[in-house]
Amino acid sequence: MSEPQSSALSTTAAEAPLVRRDLVKWHVIAGVSWLAIALFAGLFYSLQLLQSWPLPKIAVLSPGRIRLIHTNLIAFGFLTNAFLAMLYWTVPRLTGLRVASKKLGWLIYAAWNGIILATWVGLHLGEAQAVEWGETPVWVDPLVVVGAILVWIQFYTPIVKTKEKALYVTLWYFSAGFVWLGLTYIMGNFFPEYLVAGNAAGPLLGLYIHDLVGLWVTPMGWGMMYFFVPILLKKPIWSHALSLVGFWGLAFFYPLQGVHHFLGSPIPMFAQYSAVVSTIAVEIVVTTVVINFFMTWKGSEATLKTSIPIRWFFLGALNYAITCFQCAFQVTLTFQQVIHFTDWVVGHAHLVMFGVFSFWIFGMIEHLWPKLTGHNWRSESLRRWSFWLTALGLWGMFLTLTVSGLIEGFMSMNLVPRETILQTMTPFWLVRTITGISIISGFACLVVNMVLTARAGRIAHIDTDYSPYEDVEQGEVAIGAV
Amino acid sequence: MERFSFIFLVAGILFFVLAFAVSGWIPMLTVQHLEVRTVEQMAEQPPLEFAELKADYPEAFAKAYGDVSDSQAFADALRTGHKTYIGEACWHCHSQQIRPWGNDEARYGRKSFPEEYHNELNMPPLWGTRRIGPDLIRRGGKQSNDWHVAHFYNPPDVNPVSVMPSYPWFFEEDGLTPNKKGLSIIAYVQWLGSWIPTVDETIYEVPFIEETYPPAVLNRPSRPLDSEGTEGTDENPTDTPTEDGDDFWE
Repeated sequence: MSEPQSSALSTTAAEAPLVRRDLVKWHVIAGVSWLAIALFAGLFYSLQLLQSWPLPKIAVLSPGRIRLIHTNLIAFGFLTNAFLAMLYWTVPRLTGLRVASKKLGWLIYAAWNGIILATWVGLHLGEAQAVEWGETPVWVDPLVVVGAILVWIQFYTPIVKTKEKALYVTLWYFSAGFVWLGLTYIMGNFFPEYLVAGNAAGPLLGLYIHDLVGLWVTPMGWGMMYFFVPILLKKPIWSHALSLVGFWGLAFFYPLQGVHHFLGSPIPMFAQYSAVVSTIAVEIVVTTVVINFFMTWKGSEATLKTSIPIRWFFLGALNYAITCFQCAFQVTLTFQQVIHFTDWVVGHAHLVMFGVFSFWIFGMIEHLWPKLTGHNWRSESLRRWSFWLTALGLWGMFLTLTVSGLIEGFMSMNLVPRETILQTMTPFWLVRTITGISIISGFACLVVNMVLTARAGRIAHIDTDYSPYEDVEQGEVAIGAV
Repeated sequence: MERFSFIFLVAGILFFVLAFAVSGWIPMLTVQHLEVRTVEQMAEQPPLEFAELKADYPEAFAKAYGDVSDSQAFADALRTGHKTYIGEACWHCHSQQIRPWGNDEARYGRKSFPEEYHNELNMPPLWGTRRIGPDLIRRGGKQSNDWHVAHFYNPPDVNPVSVMPSYPWFFEEDGLTPNKKGLSIIAYVQWLGSWIPTVDETIYEVPFIEETYPPAVLNRPSRPLDSEGTEGTDENPTDTPTEDGDDFWE
C-alpha cells in the first residue's frame, strides 16, 4: 500500500484534447433531460395515490406504467448518463490518458440513450419485465449488456494503460464498478427470466435490486465524491487507509446482502440471516467513507457558505450517514415485520438514490457546467433556490414517508382494515406530493439556470480549479492523484 | 490493493462470484428437487371462475381465445393475464408472498411455501416489495368474477377509498364486456391460490359480500368441462349471482 502519487505527465503533443468536453456536456444534458421526465412521472404517480390521476383512460399513460418509468429513467436515464459524463471528465485526468476513442464515445452515447428510449417506449406499451429496477423489456436486455461492454472498452483502456503504479481511490471504484454492472445485469435479467423459477430466482432478484444500487450507482458515486471533494476543498482526502477500508469493505460485503429485500419470503432462512449480518457489517464499513468525507471537510466549514457544489456534496454525505444508520436497523427482522411493504422503504430509496447520489451529481453539475459552457453561472439566486427547494423537498419527502411507513406498518400488523389504512395515509401522501412539487421546482431552477448560462453567460468563466493544468490541457496533462 | 488487475480480479470478479454462490446458488440447491411446472400443466383443470367467465361472456371469450379446448384457453389466459399483471405494474402495489410474521398469516392465510412458486409464471417470481393493495397470492376465488369486472373498470366504484387505477382498456367499447386482457387478468387473479384451500383460514379479510360464495377449491369440477363450459354449474350456487349480474349490466 503506497500513497498515491502525482501521475507521470505524458506530454505527447496531440491535436485531440485530453478531456472530451463535448461528451461530458452532452451526457449531462441527456441525463438532466431524462431526469425531467422521471421527476414528472413520480409526481404524476403520487397523484394517483390521491385519487386524482390527471390522465384517465389512456392505456399508455397508465399510473402503473408511469411508476416503472419513474424508477427506470432515474437509474438508467439520469444516473447512468451523469456517471458517464463524470467518467469522461475524471478518468483521463486521473490516468493521464485519453479514453479509447471519440467515435466509441458517441456510439456509447447513442447506444445508452437508445436503450433508455427503447425502455421508455416499451414500458409505456406494457412490455415490462418483472425485475424491480430492471423492468427494461426483455428484448432490450441484450443491448444493455452490449452497452456495458462498450463502457468497459472505453474506460478500461486508459485505466489499464496508465503508467500510475498505484491507482487513485476513484479508479478503484471504477475498475470494479464497470465489471459489476455487466455481471449484475446478466445475473438479474437473464437467470430469473430464462433459467430458474420461484424460490431459486427470488434471491437473484434481491441481489439485482441491491447490486444495481450497491455495485453500480454506489461505486460511481463514491468515486465521484473522492474526485471532486478534494478539488472543491483544495486539499487531499483525510485518510488513505480509511478509503482502502471503505472500498474493500464495500467490495466484500455489498454483493452478499441482496436477499434482505425479501426477508420473510420462502427463501431459506440461512440465506436471509447471511444477508442481514452482511448488511449490518457493511453499514459499519461504509461509515469509514462518511468519516473520511467529514474529516476532509473539517476546517473548511466556511465553504458551505461560499460554494454551492460543496453544499450538495455535504448534504449528500450527511444523507448517506443517515442512510447507513437507518440500514443497519431496518434490515433486522424486528424492524422488517413492521416496515417491509410500507412507505418507509420508499422513503429510504428516495434518500439514497436522490438524497445522496443525485445530490452529488447536482454538485458535480454545479461545478462543471461553467467549465463546459465557458460562462459563469448566470444567476446566483437561482442556484440557491435550486439547492434549498430540492433539499427541503427531499427531506420533507423522506420524513413524511418514514413516519407514514411506521404508521402503516403498525396498523397493518394490528389487522386494521385496509380501507382505514388508506384513509390514514392520504394526508401523508398529500404532503409527499407537495414535497415532490418542491423538488421539481428546485430542479426547474437548475435547468433554467443551466440554459441561461449556456446561452448568454455575461462573464467568462475563469477555471481556477484546474488552472495550473487548464492552460496546457491540450498538451496532455493529468492532475493525477489529488 | 491499488493495482488494476488485483482490484478487477478480486473485487470485481471473485467477490461477486462468492456472493452469487452464497446468496444465489446455495439457496437454489434447496429447491433443486422441485419440478418447474409449465402453464399447460397448471391449466389442465381450469378453476370454476374460468368456466363462469366463458358462460357469462361467450362472444368476448370466443373472440379472445378462439375455438380451443378449455385447457388451452386457460393456458392462453394465464399467460396473457400474467403479462398484463407485469406490464401494468400490478406487482408494485400488490405483493404475492405471505410472511410468517407481522400478522400476515392472520390477514392472508398460511405463510408462503416454495412449492407454490415453482412454475413458469414465477420466472421471475412476483413477490413484490410494496403493499398498497392487499397481498394476492391467495386471492383467487375470494371475490366473484362480477366483482372483478366492476373493480377493474373503476375500483372506487366498488371501494370508495381505493387508490387503484381504473383499467378501461381491459374492456370492449361498451365498457361492460371484458376484452382479452380483462378476461385474462381476471382468470389470472382468480387462479392465484387455487392450489390451496385458504378462504376459511383467514380471519379478517373475507369480504362479507361473498358470504354465500363457497370456497373455490371445493367447487372444482370433477371432470373436464365440455365445450359449453356448463359442467358442474347446475348444482352450483355460484350461478345465482351470475344471473343477477347479467340483469345488473342490462
